[in-house]
Amino acid sequence: MKHAAANSVRGALTLLVFALVFTALMSGTWWLTRDIVARNEQASRVALLAQVLPAFDNDLLADAIVLPAADAARVGGERVYPARRNGRVVAFAIEATAPDGYSGAIRLLVGVDRDGRVRGVRVIAHKETPGLGDYIDAAKSTWSDQFDGKSLDRPAASAWAVKKDGGAFDYMAGATVSPRAVVKAMKRALELVREQQAQWIATKEQQ
Amino acid sequence: MMDRQQAREIAGNGLWRQNAGLVQILGLCPVLVISSNIVNGVSLGLATSLVMLVSGAAVAALRQFVPNELRSPIFILIIAALVTVVDLMLNAYVHGLYLVLGIFIPLITTNCIVLARAEAFASRNGVAQSALDGLMMGLGLTGVLAVLGALRELIGHGTLLSGIDLVFGAAAADWVIHVIPAEAHYQFLLAILPPGAFFGLAFLIAGKSALDRRAARRVAGPEVMAGSTTVGRG
Repeated sequence: MKHAAANSVRGALTLLVFALVFTALMSGTWWLTRDIVARNEQASRVALLAQVLPAFDNDLLADAIVLPAADAARVGGERVYPARRNGRVVAFAIEATAPDGYSGAIRLLVGVDRDGRVRGVRVIAHKETPGLGDYIDAAKSTWSDQFDGKSLDRPAASAWAVKKDGGAFDYMAGATVSPRAVVKAMKRALELVREQQAQWIATKEQQ
Repeated sequence: MMDRQQAREIAGNGLWRQNAGLVQILGLCPVLVISSNIVNGVSLGLATSLVMLVSGAAVAALRQFVPNELRSPIFILIIAALVTVVDLMLNAYVHGLYLVLGIFIPLITTNCIVLARAEAFASRNGVAQSALDGLMMGLGLTGVLAVLGALRELIGHGTLLSGIDLVFGAAAADWVIHVIPAEAHYQFLLAILPPGAFFGLAFLIAGKSALDRRAARRVAGPEVMAGSTTVGRG
């Protein structure tokens, strides 16, 4: 009996030593790589934002505006990134979500310039069917390029829909749910920008 | 240290005779999810090989300190810690590659082939042998993933090497081979979705069994093989 007890204590201690050593190994690696990882992640976020924005010279991540809860729920995004050049706000990149994709939410990043025109749109995350609904992703097809230069006036707000629904935007036969969701989400994002941009510009140009 | 003969034996086992995907049939969860094209398959395969090389060496080096009855929890601890370390290192020092492989690396912890080799091989062999075994097992799995990915991509989309530009940059977009011209918009969804992975793997396993049996018949002569027709595994 005594022997068994001694055995389990030794086992527990061995496990403890292994757990401590390997936790130390992981923490050490995390600590050594923490700064580089954070820099890399910021760089790739800025690179993604730059794809939908004109040239800028401010720190996008530091300048980000956190949306109030009501607005955030409306577009399904948390932040707006104002792009400035020589102190003047030239465009915004706004996060948006299309909650009604074919198989889940589609997360978008929409770039809009001061005049309300779309500078570009990128699908950041989606679960649409591979080979069918995933053409909304700029990595898979040029479909999302058709939004460049569009605004809420051109085409008219009522034409912000896919052609099948009487709107102005192309889709591919057999997969209308995904583009329909994206078009609706973009329209909501553009509306929010139109309502709020005067205020955003005011706060960001004073600084 | 190991001699040439032993190294050749280990390599042969990992790459063909005990192939992780086709013979041991272990670690199928990531295999079936990721093998929708060659590029994804090979990327996951290489990441797994790297983890298996490191974990094999670590388990072999520490095996004398591991009490027999505590093998499993300690091996799992070692493997999970090493996967985390590899994940952080890749993220920090080869960020471009990490963006491609990053989503696959947590999948490696769910791959039971890593633990299986720690248990079956690295806990009984030297550091060099175990590292080689891990690497070869990983490369064997990479081969299966490459063939399965090629099969599914070809039948599903009519392409080969799609997505290569994610690994080698935009210039590589031209390397994609369109066996069926892109304008035709050919696709066969079943091959791309998960059922296609099961069908494809079944054909590969059957193909390997057929090759093995033919090789055995050639060695042994037809009369010996006549009685044994099943190649099943319990």
